[in-house]
Amino acid sequence: MLRARTAALFARPLLSRSYATPSSPHALVFLEHRNGVLDSGSLSALTAAAQLGGQVTGLIVGAPEHVQTAVEKAKSFKGLNALLHSTSPQYAEPLPEVLTPLFEKLLSGSSPFSHVISSTSSSAKSLLPRVAARLDAPAVSDVTSLEHDAASNSTTFTRPIYAGNAIATVRAPPSIPIKFFTVRGTAFNAAPEDTSANVEIKAIDPVEVADAPTEHIKTTLAKSDRPELGVAARVVSGGRALKDKDTFAATLYPLADVLGAAVGASRAAVDAGYADNSLQVGQTGKVVAPELYMALGISGAIQHLAGMKDSKLIVAINKDPDAPIFQIADVGLVADLFQVVPELIEKLKQ
Amino acid sequence: MRPSPVRLLNILVPVKRAVDYAVKIRVNPQQTGIDTNVKHSMNPFDEIAVEEAVRLRERLKTAVKSIQAVTIGPSKSSETLRTALAMGADSAIHVELPDSSAAPEPLAVAKTLRAIIQRKQENSEPIDLVILGKQAIDDDLGLTGQMLAGLLGWPQATFASKLDLDLDKKSALVVREIDGGGEEIQCRLPLIVTTDLRYLLCNTEPRYASLPNIMKAKKKPIEKLTAADLGVDLTPQLEMLKVAEPPKRIGGGKVDSVDGLIAKLKEAGITAV
Repeated sequence: MLRARTAALFARPLLSRSYATPSSPHALVFLEHRNGVLDSGSLSALTAAAQLGGQVTGLIVGAPEHVQTAVEKAKSFKGLNALLHSTSPQYAEPLPEVLTPLFEKLLSGSSPFSHVISSTSSSAKSLLPRVAARLDAPAVSDVTSLEHDAASNSTTFTRPIYAGNAIATVRAPPSIPIKFFTVRGTAFNAAPEDTSANVEIKAIDPVEVADAPTEHIKTTLAKSDRPELGVAARVVSGGRALKDKDTFAATLYPLADVLGAAVGASRAAVDAGYADNSLQVGQTGKVVAPELYMALGISGAIQHLAGMKDSKLIVAINKDPDAPIFQIADVGLVADLFQVVPELIEKLKQ
Repeated sequence: MRPSPVRLLNILVPVKRAVDYAVKIRVNPQQTGIDTNVKHSMNPFDEIAVEEAVRLRERLKTAVKSIQAVTIGPSKSSETLRTALAMGADSAIHVELPDSSAAPEPLAVAKTLRAIIQRKQENSEPIDLVILGKQAIDDDLGLTGQMLAGLLGWPQATFASKLDLDLDKKSALVVREIDGGGEEIQCRLPLIVTTDLRYLLCNTEPRYASLPNIMKAKKKPIEKLTAADLGVDLTPQLEMLKVAEPPKRIGGGKVDSVDGLIAKLKEAGITAV
């Protein structure tokens, strides 16, 4: 029955949407993957899409050898009614210049889609606004909650502004026919698996871009055996007090390993070269909300707090009893971290 | 003999006046916004964009013909333009808005920038490179650069941490910050670049404008335009319903030893794996 409804929605011409009759929302969710492995942020985007209360169609693009794997995986997640996929050697890397024409084709003319959703990932942040502008639509970034009113065809979002020091509630009125937004992964649970789901899978032709103005040269990923920072249940994070790269590694990594935690860093630590850029937590880095966030030698600047203050349990170790981090930490210890961290590791092991 | 680059470069740097990054903001009692009667300065990402433009000129010398700063905002935004001029921009454009008007949305800003770029094109002063900050630290949207690239159909290099121009080939090699690492791409000019904070690592911090440069900046031209001059509508499409304080997080106090810390962790169900 779901399948029939999806088919009917696909067949419906655009014109019918311009009448006052309220139409059910239909979200297009950009499902991201790396080499066929779905990004966890996309699963949070699926949950957000389901909250609109209408149809949800996923879109997977990529190189032929990876898309099939991603599609197989994606079809078993709850909330998805249909899954579109498009493959082309050109889509091997998510270059916005190359992918935008495909999105334009999907979203223009008699498109059934009322919302376009992705996680707030670096590739979607590059792509979605470009597509939105092509369709003359505004976009809403890093949404933390949403509510759709089908009767008025308006969607209300909340999102953090000023580095999370204020929460804005914005409404996308019915005058915006396609509502673009990106979803903060830590604000929505990942869609659970649901193998009984009946998902219509459909291949769509790629839109070849002749003479693309941008060419991908190479990708360098920071390699780590630890959990990925953005989705880890526990994070151990270090700041400027860690002195240098070797001290950072020697102090933090054993503790992270004992706890099974990901390693994060403040901007000061990243700028000073103690840790890789991709480990930065904060307004300009990753936003995390783990069960446990352990801040070692981090004073707690506004910009850092923006990236971690939604963590369930915040533990701070700092020499300075007046460090702002103590104002939000659930458990604080005023101490020299070089003395207490080894002790902590030993006692945790017992 | 003079080397013959295809053409000399014109760089456009859009900048935004924003509440200073160090200010602890306060939501106003009407919950319509924040108390803006506080220190403002140039959006830090835009500062990096201006710095990068000036450094490009230092590297490429006369191949950079012009660096122009542009802002869209109320009368006070001209201070931000003066800062850009003191840092090394040659001239500036101020698209002036009434002080009472709502902050324009990124799509409207992008359309305004497109209109400016089209005017320059008509005046045989085509823009080759637009360098923007990756996001403004007030609305934290991070959309304008990508939207502008979309409107113009130009390539885009977002979250750039390194930019190398090859003037003969009219292309740029850009290193970008992506989730989990970095990416290198090659883009044709004209190009839109948005800067990550990491420019600071590859170069140095944005320069402080020296007093002589601040004095010189006062003589540099600022062209004033209005949205009507450019034929753009800056009315927001999204409705701002409310601005509220985030839920307040209260610290749980301190423990005096590692044992105390471990007890608290156990209480929360956290043990070694």
